[in-house]
Amino acid sequence: MNKLNQLFSKKNKNILSVYFTAGFPKLDDTAEILSELLTNGVDMIEVGMPFSDPLADGAVIQRSSEQALQNGMSIAKLFDQLKNNSIKSSSAVLLMGYLNPVLQYGMEKFCKDASGLGISGVIIPDLPLHEYTLHYKELFEKYDLANIFLITPQTSESRIRLIDDCSSGFIYVVSSASTTGAKGQIEQSQEEYFERIRSMNLKNPLMIGFGISDSKTFTKACEYANGAIIGSAFVKALSGSNDLKASVNKFITEIRN
Amino acid sequence: MKFEVNEHGYYGNYGGAYIPEMLFPNVQELKEKYLLIMNDASFKEEFDLLLKDYVGRPSPLYYASRLSVHYKTKIYLKREDLNHTGAHKINNTLGQILLAKRLGKTRIIAETGAGQHGVATATVCALMGLKCIVYMGEIDIERQAPNVARMKLLGAEVIPATSGSKTLKDATNEAIRDWINNPVDTYYIIGSVVGPHPYPDMVAKFQSVISEEIKTQLKEKTGKEDPDFVIACVGGGSNAAGAFYHFLDSGNVKLIAVEAAGKGVDSGHSAATSILGKPGIIHGSKTLLMQTFDGQITEPYSISAGLDYPGVGPIHAHLFETGRATFASITDEEALEAAYLLCELEGIIPALESAHAFAHLKYLNAKPDEIVVINLSGRGDKDLATYIRHKDLANE
Repeated sequence: MNKLNQLFSKKNKNILSVYFTAGFPKLDDTAEILSELLTNGVDMIEVGMPFSDPLADGAVIQRSSEQALQNGMSIAKLFDQLKNNSIKSSSAVLLMGYLNPVLQYGMEKFCKDASGLGISGVIIPDLPLHEYTLHYKELFEKYDLANIFLITPQTSESRIRLIDDCSSGFIYVVSSASTTGAKGQIEQSQEEYFERIRSMNLKNPLMIGFGISDSKTFTKACEYANGAIIGSAFVKALSGSNDLKASVNKFITEIRN
Repeated sequence: MKFEVNEHGYYGNYGGAYIPEMLFPNVQELKEKYLLIMNDASFKEEFDLLLKDYVGRPSPLYYASRLSVHYKTKIYLKREDLNHTGAHKINNTLGQILLAKRLGKTRIIAETGAGQHGVATATVCALMGLKCIVYMGEIDIERQAPNVARMKLLGAEVIPATSGSKTLKDATNEAIRDWINNPVDTYYIIGSVVGPHPYPDMVAKFQSVISEEIKTQLKEKTGKEDPDFVIACVGGGSNAAGAFYHFLDSGNVKLIAVEAAGKGVDSGHSAATSILGKPGIIHGSKTLLMQTFDGQITEPYSISAGLDYPGVGPIHAHLFETGRATFASITDEEALEAAYLLCELEGIIPALESAHAFAHLKYLNAKPDEIVVINLSGRGDKDLATYIRHKDLANE
């Protein structure tokens, strides 16, 4: 059983997922950040594979990606960093990034190596349902990797149902029509959208992301979904950090309160 | 046609729609409606009338007699440089803005490199009374100041793209991010045969008026519709797509796509995507693109900002792979020489982009009775400073 499914069968409320960009702030920080997040009891981790042209990301993740690439990060380097048992047998870790670097690495090799390292799933925003089904679905299934799809306030009900049918792991509910990054608060219209999705009684668990930045927005999102995903705010907290361990602990403690 | 896009938006191995879910409703709506709208009689009527009265079409097909003597063959120039706003770009922006209006959109966004597509978009937005936002790399804003001024005069808001390399590819990223953030009222006018399906096909169809006219005009002048060669420059490839379109299935017409070699294909400062690129994903489509070993998109170089793009439209990747078109590359120096020659022999100052197509003539070896059509995609006003600077340098 995929570790994502194990996670959701054990816990179905207040699941905290945290994103960080691999190779940022320093090239070799990846394993330490990962292990500190696990130590602090984060339920799910999304490791960002930096890309030169991250279309769906706001300024914070663009900058962290740029820095990580300057530091020398690549998928091969990341897999190398994850080799030393960084991913414990029970932890749900996903990779998030854009399609082109994955294609150059080789899709089958990528799936095989990721799976071998204990990765549970992949989020590739520019690999939509149609192209995935057409070209890559079989490979993902062969290596037991969940491919996580996004839905947005503009996604039609019929398409949400289709995505639900094709998903494994969970559905990534994008909180508003936007790129990644903090918005400060959750608006009434967003809550109505979350409620609309919740009342559809989908088969897959729901995780809300984009614009979730602090304890308040996390708690609010968790009222409507199984959990929520924090990215830019965490990356921002790491960017000026002199002490990663302390920064991770402080950030997670604040979210959980 | 053999070179039409298939139902999934592919030309052979290239194309598709690799877009984040946030863009799906917009791109899907476009995919479902673009052909219906474009084939609608009232749309065609409105588009054709504006092409005639506003753009000034048909653009002339001009027999360049002195250039023909120089190269010992028969050379015709398709004068897209005489269009309103000075390039072929307006054929596309006019078509797309009429389409955007029919989709009920009220806010228009665009990306631009040299500023030609930005000016053509700002122009049609003024014509239709729609709000216009143009994304342009911070570096391009500095080096293309006259076009920035034109866009502003036409009422457009020009927003600098400050991410990445701060040029065309980053301006495109910013435009896509804007569209993600404004999914309901906004329409994105892409300037070339790039982007997710259906953009490459739609832009090629709007630009296909170029080859449609060439056929008619050539028949009038020579008695036959098909030339022996059609030559066009390729950055993203919209003018080439338009100039090739109606000849794609005529195997006797040799199609030549001319890319920018920059300082030389192997110099590390080039935009010759067909030689230096590998298959990959850029701006929503699978195509040939210049990238690092691990798939990061690299910054191309050309003296001409309009050819300075790391990818190429998927239709061109397909024409390259199938051998239907021959791909050549021309250096900065060769393009400048060709531009000066055209000034001297024909009294025409070409855009630096188009000058690349002219520079290929010296490698063509066409026979005296063969017919060569060159798509003169734009005029050189925007490049005066570059032309004068290099002329001065050469004279020193």
